Amino acid sequence: MSATVSVNAWMDEAAAAITADADRLTQLDSAIGDGDHGLNLTRGFKAVVEALATGSDGLAPGRRLILAGKTLVSTVGGASGPLWGTALRRAGRSVGDAEALDGPALADALDAALAGVIELGSAEVGDKTMVDALTPAVAALRGAVEAGQPLADAIAAAAEAAAEGARSTIPLQARKGRASYLGERSIGHEDPGAASTVLLITALGRALED
Amino acid sequence: MASATPSMRKLLNDPEHVVRDSLAGLAVAHGDILKVDLAAQIVVRADAPRQGKVALVSGGGAGHEPMHGGFVGLGMLDAACPGAVFTSPVPDQMLAATTAVDGGAGVVHIVKNYTGDVMNFKLAAEDAADEGIAVESVLIDDDVAVQDSLYTAGRRGVGATVLAEKLAGAAAERGDDVAAVATIARRVNSRARSFGVALSSCIPPGSGTPIFDLPAGEMEVGIGIHGEPGRRREPLGTAREIAAEMVEAVISDLAPADGAELLVFTNAMGGTPLLELYVLHGEIERELTERGLRPARRLVGPFITSLEMAGASLTVLELDDELTALWDAPVNTAALRWGA
Repeated sequence: MSATVSVNAWMDEAAAAITADADRLTQLDSAIGDGDHGLNLTRGFKAVVEALATGSDGLAPGRRLILAGKTLVSTVGGASGPLWGTALRRAGRSVGDAEALDGPALADALDAALAGVIELGSAEVGDKTMVDALTPAVAALRGAVEAGQPLADAIAAAAEAAAEGARSTIPLQARKGRASYLGERSIGHEDPGAASTVLLITALGRALED
Repeated sequence: MASATPSMRKLLNDPEHVVRDSLAGLAVAHGDILKVDLAAQIVVRADAPRQGKVALVSGGGAGHEPMHGGFVGLGMLDAACPGAVFTSPVPDQMLAATTAVDGGAGVVHIVKNYTGDVMNFKLAAEDAADEGIAVESVLIDDDVAVQDSLYTAGRRGVGATVLAEKLAGAAAERGDDVAAVATIARRVNSRARSFGVALSSCIPPGSGTPIFDLPAGEMEVGIGIHGEPGRRREPLGTAREIAAEMVEAVISDLAPADGAELLVFTNAMGGTPLLELYVLHGEIERELTERGLRPARRLVGPFITSLEMAGASLTVLELDDELTALWDAPVNTAALRWGA
């Protein structure tokens, strides 16, 4: 049987990674935003972990993703709450009632997540947002899965692509969100939303089960 | 969890609960005007819902007090939903507020143009529609420091929000329908412009550290209200020089008619004392009058703040007879009270 992603383990790992890196995310956000990205996501993913721990028994992976997304929308606020909440809800709807989140299902789910983020936020690659990290990650995952690579390798490729995408935001001038108010002063800083996207994609690699 | 850093000079029990604890205090201070639902984290007019009256709901991150909770009451908002400090509230709060105040005549959401506020209010309006409540959303984007172009998130909603809440609130109180109330708010937005400067950063209670470093003798020009840096930094000028810069920024963009009557709103960002604010306001009026404009109504004080940030913003609204009458109409809120 091929590997699959456990939604609960993914959210546990994402919460742990964000909590561990909250100070760095907040520093990035202080440079070009208002310095609360680490705090807000920590609060949101902590709530997701609690919601899944108490309310996910018997739920299929798609339903768990929807629960996680709804919890983020209800607890985070700001822009990251609706964006990541919409991403996970769309991912969950894409998975539907499938019993397991295997490679092809994960690729479809992340495609749907990206589409939801773009629809709500109207951002394109190059605007210096989470889309700059998520777009190459989704493409890398899809390419590796379709090439028949093991899911662990596909996720590793996605994580590397996300990290590269996040680094690519450093020289960009922001065109969306609060950082856009800075004009040229936003250049030279990594986008905090792209940085947290790297953490979420990387966390997938620690959520695999056989 | 987070605890106050030793250097933080704030009156807190626990930084994590600052919004909740502040709302509890607001409720006991102004129980005759408003009530607070701590579980839903919303502030609601004491006599809500008012049957047959259009209801006004606004909200946004905390840290801008008295906006928005201090504007709940007769002649202004029916409900406010504060988020965490500088963070948009969530759709659940907005839906709870909308449901609590809907008197069957529809609800107007007043939304400041910040990405998070816009997204969360959009999701809330969809939820309200699912529950059969007609919601009209009005976007406020009056900050001339931001160029409105494809390359930004658009102008920020700042000082005009206070004026739109007052004037649209008065329109709702006199019995306007939901479309008419929204039209008043949009007219205020289209005729108002704002510009702000900061003389110090603010310190969010969660992090306990200033958002940006601003050496003494310098100022950030073209700031928003969330401690985000402005568009440029300049040496700190005199009140007269700053007033001239603010008036030029606002009036060149608004382009009011010759001799137009104006509502002049000189706002303190939280850390600037009234002693200084009135110095600035006097210079602003002198500057406006020299340009052949006529200040006819004024609002001077800290009404849309950024925690303890030192600095000020200017909002100018070009009045007409109807807007003037709506401004003079009775209001009874924690922060604005006259005629009631």
